[in-house]
Amino acid sequence: MATVAQPRARTLARPTVKANTGLWSWITTVDHKRIGMMYGVSAFFFLMLGGLEALVIRTQLVRPDNDVVGAARYNELFTMHGTTMIFLAVMPLTVALFNYIMPLQIGARDVAFPRMNAFSFWLFIAGAMLINVSWLFNEVPNQGWYGYSPLTDTAWNPTRAVDFWVLGLQILGVSSMLGSFNFIVTVLNMRAPGVTMMRMPIFSWTTLIVAIMIVMAFPAITVGLILLMMDRYVGTGFYATAAGGDPLLWQHLFWVFGHPEVYIMVLPAFGIVSEIIPTFSRKPLFGYAVMVYATCAIAFLGFGVWAHHMFTTGLGPTANSIFSATTMIIAVPTGVKIFNWIGTMWLGQLKFTTPMLYAVGLVSQFTIGGLSGVMEASPPIDQHHNDSYLVIAHFHYVLFGGAVFGILAAIVYWFPKMSGRMMNDRIGRVNFWLVFIGFNATFFPMHFLGLEGMPRRYYSYGEGSGWWFWNTVVSLGAALLGAGLLLFVYNIAYSLKRGPVAGPNPWDAATLEWATTSPPPVYNFATIPHISHRDPLWAEKYGIHESDQAVNVTIAGREIGEIEAPDEKASDQERRRLDANDTAPVNIHLPNPSFYPIVGAIGMFLMMFGLIVEGDTLFYLGPVHITVMSIAGILMLLFSIFGWSFEPAE
Amino acid sequence: MAQAVLTPEAQTQPHGSGHDTGHDHGHADHPPTSTGINSRKMLMWLFLASDCMFFGALIATYMIYRNHSLTGPFPHELIDIPYTSVSAFVLLMSSLTMVLALAALQKNDLRGSRVWIAATALLGTVFLGGQFFEFTEFHHEGLSLQGNMFGATFFTVTGFHGAHVTVGVVWLLTLLWVSLRGGLKQEDSLDLEIAGLYWHFVDIVWIVIFVMIYLIPYDKSTEQLHEATAQIFNTARMVLGIF
Repeated sequence: MATVAQPRARTLARPTVKANTGLWSWITTVDHKRIGMMYGVSAFFFLMLGGLEALVIRTQLVRPDNDVVGAARYNELFTMHGTTMIFLAVMPLTVALFNYIMPLQIGARDVAFPRMNAFSFWLFIAGAMLINVSWLFNEVPNQGWYGYSPLTDTAWNPTRAVDFWVLGLQILGVSSMLGSFNFIVTVLNMRAPGVTMMRMPIFSWTTLIVAIMIVMAFPAITVGLILLMMDRYVGTGFYATAAGGDPLLWQHLFWVFGHPEVYIMVLPAFGIVSEIIPTFSRKPLFGYAVMVYATCAIAFLGFGVWAHHMFTTGLGPTANSIFSATTMIIAVPTGVKIFNWIGTMWLGQLKFTTPMLYAVGLVSQFTIGGLSGVMEASPPIDQHHNDSYLVIAHFHYVLFGGAVFGILAAIVYWFPKMSGRMMNDRIGRVNFWLVFIGFNATFFPMHFLGLEGMPRRYYSYGEGSGWWFWNTVVSLGAALLGAGLLLFVYNIAYSLKRGPVAGPNPWDAATLEWATTSPPPVYNFATIPHISHRDPLWAEKYGIHESDQAVNVTIAGREIGEIEAPDEKASDQERRRLDANDTAPVNIHLPNPSFYPIVGAIGMFLMMFGLIVEGDTLFYLGPVHITVMSIAGILMLLFSIFGWSFEPAE
Repeated sequence: MAQAVLTPEAQTQPHGSGHDTGHDHGHADHPPTSTGINSRKMLMWLFLASDCMFFGALIATYMIYRNHSLTGPFPHELIDIPYTSVSAFVLLMSSLTMVLALAALQKNDLRGSRVWIAATALLGTVFLGGQFFEFTEFHHEGLSLQGNMFGATFFTVTGFHGAHVTVGVVWLLTLLWVSLRGGLKQEDSLDLEIAGLYWHFVDIVWIVIFVMIYLIPYDKSTEQLHEATAQIFNTARMVLGIF
């Protein structure tokens, strides 16, 4: 063990102040914490943007026959709302947390492939820009986030709107795949001594499982999008009935990806809640091993349920029955998780801080979404509910009440670790109740609207429909929800300046990320910790021992409790001095910064952008115009790949 | 299970005596990993897992659109099994030379490794040449991406496979260039091994494509395929009936 614990004395990589500040240092950074921050900030921006799109939708629907936006603009808004929230907000927010927290939880100094991590981030920015740049051309994707054929056919969608969407999603797919390879290798290979698989925090487990799901699910949509690209650019007929193709093939390829995607978004939130509830119940997680197995079971079953999105397409009774059964079975491991959380809280000393409120909020609200999910797993009921507002109510309870509540909980919970300061708890509580009430006022009435027959995706409804009242309630709820999220942003800004100084472990939590300073030094741990317990910090503090080995957790090279905690009134300068003194080991070997990741991402962007915009055509590859911009992009990408391969990594 | 595999003892000596890590003892650069498997090698395995799903989806698309062509040219008019068997043989032989290249490098036979890397790249190029000739031939017979479903699916599946082979050839040539400049030594054999994993995978995919596209007969297969599918579904119904 000693060999692992002692960092190899190699190049002196003690970061200088110059290397650590300034724009260039952020552009070339390969530090998982900085990349996590950049993911988090940009994804939160897209969360607000997607929320803004939703608010315009709700303004349009606030009363019958409204004309805030027309039908065409409305289609663009709901398409971009879905695409933004799923690919540009929820997924990257979870990736931000994977990046920042997971290496700390397993006692690693960085992820396995730091440059690839940076490349994933810059590709995410490139993909997000490519999709959203369509607003500038006023040819905004309008076919729905699911992109059903023939809505995406050139014949019915002749503008470049779909092209922005298709090529942007391809870049985002590459980004997610590379990120996931990285997380899997990191979790499997970079664990500190003693961090066995069954001692890993559940959040790190969900990181691993979600990354495996991404690796297995994304190729399906990549192929689906490639076939769509070929239909649009080359004139093949993969989804065109006239040519002998089948529009249903798209639905299969899309949902083979799309249903695992639901778990890709919600399992990280389950991991977050599994960290927060034990911390604020003052009890170890109830049924840890079963929690792990349930996560694996959900991931496995998640690949066998996709056709429940297609019950109304006429697959036949056999297929419908099989997919209905698998869908209902998946409620079992999900229910196991919910009972485990309740079991953790049972007889615990509950402390209802803001993160705990969000976590308990998730348990209750996700359950509502899960129950309507089981209901819709039945094909006859689904045929009745299909394409109505009931479906919208269901998946928002799952994705907002599940994924977003979890992410908000995680931000408040780990904010002290990331910034060194606590978020204001009073504003936090107000903000939680605003979000909670706003969320329920927005999405619960949608159940009623759905049962009354209001179809989704319609830009307007008549006065005689009887849908006016609940639509107004929904729109007011959405405004409240928006206000709640704005207050959340205000709380972040306020607490960054005025929040009380946190210290290494403000919540008295059990997992390894709380063993280092807040914010952690660039090398995370001065000495790689050895652990021998699932809840190492509690084991040390409260004397729980799983085995005979002594617990040896260190904060920045010192035993727990030995560190001089900076007090609340200390000035920033003073705290920096303390941090510097406590964490100034030399000879920790760190990866070098690199500019190849961003060059490659820009190259990828130009390559795709060149396929969309009219530019100087260099030559024709069959019917496809190859522009100067595309060629320049490809050259940049190749330059990046080769430069990267021969650049010394460490 | 996981606990049994990852006991603290196993972590003390992550390099262990496993075959997997036998040859990277010379690599002082790589910190020991929790599993004992080199991280870059694990990365390649994960990429291959995702590539399995990628080709799985492409080949599934091909099988779904099998016999969906409304107009000719139809596959049984074009496909020349003896011709493609030869190019398939060439590609399979390149896996042999790939293994020989790695074996030579691990035995510190630098000259041998260069010869076999070059041979692998050459065989790959011959395969690509064969594919180019085949594409040209089919094109002259009137097959196109736009013409019918056979053209669309055939060119897409085999084209993506060809693109993979092309990437492999470029990769091998880069390694050959590095080797000639003295940068690929015995202790770097992992670099070659990872390229080899990719190369073998691309070969295996071709075996599947060769069977699915070339060998399964087309003339009366619609009814046969439908019968087989119906049988599978009947069996499934019976199994479900038991429950």
